[in-house]
Amino acid sequence: MTETTREQQVLERIDRARQRKARVREERITMAHGAGGKATQTLIEAVFLDAFRNPLLEPLEDGAVFGAGGARLAFTTDSYVVSPLFFPGGDIGDLAVNGTVNDLSVCGARPLYLSAGFVLEEGFPVEDLRRISASMARAAAAAEVSIVTGDTKVVQRGKADGCYVTTAGVGLLERDARLGVAHARPGDAVLVSGPVGEHGVTIMLARGELDIEADVTSDTAPLNGLVAALQAAVGEEVRCLRDATRGGVATILNEIARAAGVAVVVEEDAVPVRPPVRGACELLGIDPLYVACEGRMVAVVDGDAAESALAALRGHPLGAGAAIVGRVRDDPPGLVLLKTAFGGTRIIDVLVGDPLPRIC
Amino acid sequence: MRFVDEYRDADKARALSARIASLCEPGRAYKFMEVCGGHTHTIYKHGLEDYLPETITLVHGPGCPVCVIPMGRVDDAIHIAERPDVIMTSFGDMMRVPGGRGSFFDSTAQGADIRMVYSPLDALKIARREPDRQVVFMAIGFETTAPSTAMTVLRAAAEGVRNFSVFCNHVTIIPAIKAILDSPDLRLDGFIGPGHVSTIIGCRPYEFIARGYGKPLVVAGFEPLDILQSVYMLLLQLAEGRSEVENQYARVVPWAGNIRALRAVNEVMELRPYFEWRGLGFISHSALRMREKYAAYDAERLFDIPGNRVADPKACQCGEVLKGVLKPWECKVFGTACTPETPIGTCMVSSEGACAAYYNFGRFSRQRVREATR
Repeated sequence: MTETTREQQVLERIDRARQRKARVREERITMAHGAGGKATQTLIEAVFLDAFRNPLLEPLEDGAVFGAGGARLAFTTDSYVVSPLFFPGGDIGDLAVNGTVNDLSVCGARPLYLSAGFVLEEGFPVEDLRRISASMARAAAAAEVSIVTGDTKVVQRGKADGCYVTTAGVGLLERDARLGVAHARPGDAVLVSGPVGEHGVTIMLARGELDIEADVTSDTAPLNGLVAALQAAVGEEVRCLRDATRGGVATILNEIARAAGVAVVVEEDAVPVRPPVRGACELLGIDPLYVACEGRMVAVVDGDAAESALAALRGHPLGAGAAIVGRVRDDPPGLVLLKTAFGGTRIIDVLVGDPLPRIC
Repeated sequence: MRFVDEYRDADKARALSARIASLCEPGRAYKFMEVCGGHTHTIYKHGLEDYLPETITLVHGPGCPVCVIPMGRVDDAIHIAERPDVIMTSFGDMMRVPGGRGSFFDSTAQGADIRMVYSPLDALKIARREPDRQVVFMAIGFETTAPSTAMTVLRAAAEGVRNFSVFCNHVTIIPAIKAILDSPDLRLDGFIGPGHVSTIIGCRPYEFIARGYGKPLVVAGFEPLDILQSVYMLLLQLAEGRSEVENQYARVVPWAGNIRALRAVNEVMELRPYFEWRGLGFISHSALRMREKYAAYDAERLFDIPGNRVADPKACQCGEVLKGVLKPWECKVFGTACTPETPIGTCMVSSEGACAAYYNFGRFSRQRVREATR
């Protein structure tokens, strides 16, 4: 047997191993379970999906879409535990509003109403809570949603990190768009709506643990206007939209490849990354494709509509830096391939947990 | 980005690739070992193998700092970290490395205070901030990281910081290369020498490889063009019948190394008689420990550590992978029982580990992809 055939057999064996049912092996939760990578996926599938299983939850999209009284609604929720609470370009308040607005927007819905739950630590300054609330109010006004219900809990000092916020939201689907990661087809184009990795790098630097200074601010922003602009231009041709939060663009592309049984081929040169973000990532030895964004989305559209979709995104202030970054192909299914700027090929996999900085 | 993009230029790569192909003797297969895990990472991350003829195989070597830490030492570190008066500090790469009783991440989930730092100086900063607790730095790595550990100890001593100590696991590269050269089951044509290690030790220590073993060695930088050029330089030596130590990374590596850094290491640390390397077993004079003079900063002396030797899991073939005898995918448990989520061996943990690099970046059939993306 030739070496290539033997290697191919091993690759197929690995593929089968990856299809196996998710199982949580750890006895306790580790930080990796919250990082948005494989450990998070495994936890969700093996614990939550196993317990709550139903057809609306099963696709594990950013929100659930269902009919109610003749209307089609989208419903989603998200919790925010960011540290520090205030960072260049935003704070936990606008992050919590924009995050839920975005989860609804990428379901193809117009966000309408949000809830806000607060877990506050004893001793937390009321002034900070005022600042956070004011920021939430501004973000809600900008996204044209209302925060219509809420909840407040206080825990003892040391039992929380100042302030945690949970938002949930409902939105209305006004078009008959059926969006989903499983809908990607060979020939489709993959777009991102702007430079990637800015939120994640901002937070890493704002923690002050790295002696790196860079002129970078969070990209937190509501995507509903941008989604509306895209849908107005090429509504029928949009297969799926995802906001690239934890796990970054790389993780979304893997979800698409896996759910649709397709290959996604990305051109590294085409992925927009601002120089300070690229520089910080280079120093830390992490890949900007895995770094969180809070106001960027990945869009998969019919290949023939790629240019119109790009023009529509670029025509909106939040999409000025949009780019076509890759194509969907049929083979090898389930893999995301990167044509590197250097001219080589490699795959982009989902990380287990957070990207860990390298030693040297 | 300046000083980076120049070394990732696809046009230059194509030109080098053609020159490499023209130097290959028809019908001859070449095996070059890149000693350093940083090179392994670069090779996979940039898809560098696409530029090499199929007759050239790059064999991944033992120079991955995290990969060579034996399980017993991880257990010892966790034992120290579990003390309530201790803050353990570690490089990020180390957090997931499995010991006999789990990893640092598992240990933090059980309540141990283990913090990720980016340099030993950060650990010293924590020690200044928290004077009531003992801050231990899990020191790992080759000659590249040993100087920063030594400098930090010297600074702690100068400042009189008494609640800082080092759990020293620094290793040295030359004995490991020698072990590989003496291993009967591997035939190599040359070495891509470690770049960062050589900024400290210089190029002279490799001369025995070229003279005694007749294998060319080219010290290489970490950008993809650096590595391609080093492959070209190795082939040129072979074609011209030479066997020398050459320095491709002269923009960073001085031939004589960094005397100040070596002096600092020598002041604080001394060679151990022997040290266990994961997968490679005990190698004499292959690691550093703290000198008696700095006993107050030596976690090994300050704490009672079990010091148990933990045998590698039976199924794990990390040793063969580290020696370059097996390719990652040839290991029995690769990608099925041993994955980045559930690593059995250390090579699957660090992004510089050969198995992790292959699994995360290279787990596809090049031939099939070439056809699909044509």
